[in-house]
Amino acid sequence: MNLAPATTPLDSWHRQAGGKMVDFAGYALPVQYAGGGIVAEHQACRTAAALFDVSHMGRLRFDGVGSEALLDHLLTRRVSDMPVGRVRYGLLCNAEGGVLDDVLVSHLETPSGQRYHLMVVNASNRQKIWKWIQPHLDDFPGVTLTDRTELTAMIAVQGPKAIELCDRLFKVPPSRLKYYRATVTEQFQKPAIVSRTGYTGEDGFELIVRAEDAPRVWENLLLAGRDHGVIAAGLGARDTLRLEAGMPLYGHELTEQIDPLSAGLSFACNLKDRSFIGDEALRQIADRGPEKVRIGLLPEGKRPAREGCDVVSSDGQVIGRVTSGAPSPTLGRPIAMASIDAAQADNQRFEIDIRGKRVAAIRTALPFYKR
Amino acid sequence: MARDTSKLRYAETHEWVDAGDDGVATIGISAFAIEQLNDLVYMDLPEVGKDVAVGDEIGEVESVKAVSPLYSPVSGQVVEVHTELPDNLDNLKEDPYEFGWIIKIKMTDASEVENLMDHAAYEKQCSEAG
Repeated sequence: MNLAPATTPLDSWHRQAGGKMVDFAGYALPVQYAGGGIVAEHQACRTAAALFDVSHMGRLRFDGVGSEALLDHLLTRRVSDMPVGRVRYGLLCNAEGGVLDDVLVSHLETPSGQRYHLMVVNASNRQKIWKWIQPHLDDFPGVTLTDRTELTAMIAVQGPKAIELCDRLFKVPPSRLKYYRATVTEQFQKPAIVSRTGYTGEDGFELIVRAEDAPRVWENLLLAGRDHGVIAAGLGARDTLRLEAGMPLYGHELTEQIDPLSAGLSFACNLKDRSFIGDEALRQIADRGPEKVRIGLLPEGKRPAREGCDVVSSDGQVIGRVTSGAPSPTLGRPIAMASIDAAQADNQRFEIDIRGKRVAAIRTALPFYKR
Repeated sequence: MARDTSKLRYAETHEWVDAGDDGVATIGISAFAIEQLNDLVYMDLPEVGKDVAVGDEIGEVESVKAVSPLYSPVSGQVVEVHTELPDNLDNLKEDPYEFGWIIKIKMTDASEVENLMDHAAYEKQCSEAG
């Protein structure tokens, strides 16, 4: 099969803005726009704010009385203790403790008082997670699962000016939301979900609106931010921003072959007094210690270490691999995240094999950049 | 004197070639390719004295997102390398045909240049790609 990539509701805007379109997880999305480039878009997000079309992310809605019990069964963290308005990061694991996806779950309430949970999943995992949940629905009667992805669009507004900029525009000012809180509201007279979340290391929020409202909302936001240096940014900047922020990305730092403890996400695994898919495996891993450690590395020189490069110990053994690597626009030097053998976790100096050449690299704390 | 881009030859992989009468080819990458790559961060060049054939990898240029190999458009021996270039990639962007020369190759077969595209053919390739 050679299916054309799906388009987001903002597709024609991206193309008119000279977006360099690529196929990403089955969606046509811009890597960058004409005129700027990844570095300029990255810097706009760090100094002012940037808009990202993240409509490709999957949005799965859970309605009904059994939802909390079902989500507790699926996720490494408890959801049933979340009051309305709370957002939580967690993982879905398989029985062996391998990561199926990392997700955000929000507890929301419609204006008419109907409560539900919304799970935002990675675009590349949407079908997989949908299928993964299906057989469990029978065990949790009263749950209705709906895929809201294609009916809605998702826009991230990220950067130091994001909140201030939108406070005067929004019915519920984003500054009234604490970090990792969300609310169902209206935006420009259209229904919307606003959450104080993001994936860039900056303050900001994410907005879910109906697909048909997305172009108008996007243009309103850009117009409002124009004099403040707010611009649209593509997938390229999104990736360098999240890497600087030390955030794991599914398919890179997280896979079904890696458990969350080895990925450095023990904070997102609540193993006490609960049972969920993979809990037993994760408890065993916690007891004997994870096999891998996720670390930050600063390769010397200008040459970026890319994903897949071997990490080599001082005595010449291959002890891990780079999971993400890029030049950091903020630090002006290459940065990398790597997964290495836990036995090497105390070492500070490594070498990275960059296509046949050994480059020294020093370990550094994550994140590389903190606002 | 500025290099006349209309007189250069071009490889499909975006290297330009200025074939001198002395059998030495000066090689760089086109403004179009540099524009496409955007945000250049690193360049890796070969050693002087290296023997190369057409299509051999002679270096790498890296942008924020990607690594792009440089391919030799002619056969011969590398006789000079522009060692200042990797530390001045902004200048490469400003001036890809003068400051931006990358290597010089003493050609073993100067007729190979005839296999490369002329300016019009290269322009056509770029407009179709763009």
